[in-house]
Amino acid sequence: METETQTEIQSSADIVTARQRGRALALELGFNGADVTLIAAAISEVARNIVDHAKKGEVVMSGINSSMNGGKKGIQIIARDQGPGIRDVVQAMQYGYSTRKGLGVGLPGAKWLMDEFDIASAIGRGTTITMKKWRR
Amino acid sequence: MQVPILKQGSYLIASIQSVLSDSDLVQLRDNLGERVGTYRSRGVIIDVTVLDVIDSFATRTLRAIAHMLKLRGAETVIVGIQPDVAFAMVQLGLTLEGVGTALDLEEGLLYLDTKTKRAAVNGN
Repeated sequence: METETQTEIQSSADIVTARQRGRALALELGFNGADVTLIAAAISEVARNIVDHAKKGEVVMSGINSSMNGGKKGIQIIARDQGPGIRDVVQAMQYGYSTRKGLGVGLPGAKWLMDEFDIASAIGRGTTITMKKWRR
Repeated sequence: MQVPILKQGSYLIASIQSVLSDSDLVQLRDNLGERVGTYRSRGVIIDVTVLDVIDSFATRTLRAIAHMLKLRGAETVIVGIQPDVAFAMVQLGLTLEGVGTALDLEEGLLYLDTKTKRAAVNGN
């Protein structure tokens, strides 16, 4: 699967664009309706994280094939920014923790929605979130 | 994309026509706060049938709208949350605590009738 789509994230309108592209890609990859919605919600949360904390960044989405899991098909979403970075990733992933009076459910919520979730962050260098969901 | 707000007797109906960005939602909040005063509305229905995702920001804003309008003397009911959207909200741990919800517009109107009638009888 060669499908890949990249969305620049700078405003709340871009969050909607990323979500819609993700939805379209997930449908194309054969995800069912419920999973497509979960994927779109997860994209929304990581894209908003970029707007809120880094001002700008990008979301790259692609179809993937697992080398394990009997060659399962899936979707990979990478949300990347060169923002201030997250001081305490463990804390940021705690449900209900927010530095900006949000609900604090965005990142932990996105993790719950996806099958795999990885976050790498360096102070002053930015944050990269990589998440995957496999077709059932 | 502005959300049209229709006046129906003592109620307002905000009928969301397309997916909304965060700023559209904030705009809706401000517009409703104002209209409730202009039309002296007792109840507000927000129809979210077309929303493909209700994420943490949308949930927070819908909750804020309902609580704000309550302070302005109007009841709010959210109608039309789709099954997949509801499932994703549950997975995200999002709740609309303290906010009325109903299946569709018809149920929403019934909900408001009950709510506002009871309030009139009890005098609060």
